[in-house]
Amino acid sequence: MADLWLQFLLTIDATLRVGTPLILCAMAGIFSEKSGVIDISLEGKMLMSAFAAAAVAALTSSALAGLTVAIGVSVLLGLLHGLASITLRGNQVISGLAINILASGLTVTIGIAMFQQGGQTPNLARAERFRPIELPLAEQLSSLPLIGPIYREVISGHNILVWVALAAVLFTAYILTRTRFGLRLRAVGEKPEALDSAGVSVARTRYMALIIAGVLCGMAGAYLSTAHGSGFVREMTAGKGYIALAAMIFGKWQPRGALLACLLFGFLEAVASRLQGVNVPLIGEAPVDLILALPYLLTVILLAGFVGKAMPPRAIGEPYVKER
Amino acid sequence: MTPPPALPRWADVGLIPLINVLAALVVSGIVVAVIGENPFEAMMVMIKGAFVYKGSLGYTLYYATNFIFTGLAVAVAFHAMLFNIGGEGQAYLGGLGAGLTCLMFDSMFPALILVPLAIMASASFGAVWGAIPGYLQAKRGSHIVITTIMFNFLAASIMVWLLAGRLKAPGQMSPETRSFSANAELPFIHDIVNAFGVEMARSPLNLSFVVALLACVGVWVLIWRSRLGYAIRATGHSTGAAEYAGIPVSTIIIITMAISGGLAGMMAINEILGVQHRTILGFTSGYGFTGIAVALMGRNHPIGIILASLLFGALYQGGAELDFEFSTITREMVLLIQGLIILFSGGLAFMFNRPLAHLLGLLLAARSAKGGQNG
Repeated sequence: MADLWLQFLLTIDATLRVGTPLILCAMAGIFSEKSGVIDISLEGKMLMSAFAAAAVAALTSSALAGLTVAIGVSVLLGLLHGLASITLRGNQVISGLAINILASGLTVTIGIAMFQQGGQTPNLARAERFRPIELPLAEQLSSLPLIGPIYREVISGHNILVWVALAAVLFTAYILTRTRFGLRLRAVGEKPEALDSAGVSVARTRYMALIIAGVLCGMAGAYLSTAHGSGFVREMTAGKGYIALAAMIFGKWQPRGALLACLLFGFLEAVASRLQGVNVPLIGEAPVDLILALPYLLTVILLAGFVGKAMPPRAIGEPYVKER
Repeated sequence: MTPPPALPRWADVGLIPLINVLAALVVSGIVVAVIGENPFEAMMVMIKGAFVYKGSLGYTLYYATNFIFTGLAVAVAFHAMLFNIGGEGQAYLGGLGAGLTCLMFDSMFPALILVPLAIMASASFGAVWGAIPGYLQAKRGSHIVITTIMFNFLAASIMVWLLAGRLKAPGQMSPETRSFSANAELPFIHDIVNAFGVEMARSPLNLSFVVALLACVGVWVLIWRSRLGYAIRATGHSTGAAEYAGIPVSTIIIITMAISGGLAGMMAINEILGVQHRTILGFTSGYGFTGIAVALMGRNHPIGIILASLLFGALYQGGAELDFEFSTITREMVLLIQGLIILFSGGLAFMFNRPLAHLLGLLLAARSAKGGQNG
């Protein structure tokens, strides 16, 4: 029983670690999509910034420098998305897709040119990564019943970016609902003409949203390669950007809902990796592939309105044409 | 900003795609130069690899076959203003359909029955995988882009689960089915040509290429010469108007997505029946996404799609050659070019329109002024 409890706590701990990039990307997605810009480029932005973070960390031996450049790269991609979909009024889905494919090609091409390791970056030493932060008294308190193990296994020992991700949820909720900018951002995704007639620039508001989204995706990428992992591996995002997109939809474009969805999807992934090759009573070998497919299936079911209703922002996907 | 100015049709159809490819090549060339290699040398390697070396043209056409199918799939959906980015998953399931048919019947039927049956199975599996997102869009209001993305991942999960489980050939480690018997194979073109006594180098090019060309004709007839095609285009132009004219828009959306998915599913016949002769993991290798670039460049017209498929076939085959000739640039270069082409011809579609329209306007004005003097 005690062993099972520990297993459970370790799975929850893994949920947080796996869920962190999802949370950051989902918040990024909320910013873009609430402003009316479809953002399937979460994946590409995360991939490029994961590479940038690891490459810069390997060259400078500083995880922080890596993070900074990663954010910069991700914001640049966001601006490219903006140029295509806001200024030039191109198709937002296509430009997002282009960014994803571009990122796949660029990371490997530049990676091989820089490090000659088949597209990987060198393995990062401990000092070049974001390290786990042991909270005070974690060991001393671990003998306490119930709270002790939870404190030691689940709450203590995360790196700074995990905490940043959780803070990002509060930040997103605060910005969207409590600030003038947040009100404008939501309005621009619902009824841009209203904002326009009030004398606020639709384009500028959407660009701001994309820049914030870029910052968040940049952190998610840096987390993957310099905190959770120890270096960049080609295609290391492996569809996480799309899972985050699904989580954002599953959370009905709301920070709290998206957080819960990210944790649910993270939990499924954590469970799946623990069940790899395990024989479950009655079922036989655990159907890990099917567990991993659940986020996509759940999102489809929810979007179809079979469970609740997920309503996207009304003006999403439409370039704004100023009326004269 | 005023809406983008209208270009003459020849410029829109002919000039703009050329400019887009050129822009993509220039940017990729800059990347190659930054890496420290000579972009022109890389270009030459790719052209030689795609057309000059023995058998290379066959490889180029073999890749093009995949792109014709997935490009047509995207184009058909585009005509109804539906963005099907699920070609990858639909093609993957098409491979399941072809594979299941061959596994079940390859000891039973001769090639003349088995192969058409397998082709139909791949098309119908793909069609179902396209029609479900179509239904969800038409009847339940889910966004087709998101659903088709999710269906790509679902298809991948199903295939991993099946190929590593039930369908895996006994006594074998790799996740793939057993090889089909010879009557399930689509013949290679070089075998056919050699049978007529003409020398042709070996390549994976097979009869699927002919099927792909037939599909182009079929799509042309469907979109521009049939009642259904009219309904599809009407739905794409204006859902409201189509509805008012008595077109059952929901049904059209579902049918369009089924046709689109079926075309994508048929990509599997090139890979599974033509080359691999068994269903393997990940045989779609992103060709479904390349179909988007192909449709964008080919302006959703079968002829444009054939030309764009040739271009991408050459890029893929030439790109493979980069691996051998350079230590620093690899076939991933092609992904970069592909991403840039999608960006320039899709996302940044209107970037070149304005300057080009302006330029053409100036040229035409100059010519008519000159004509005025002479006359």
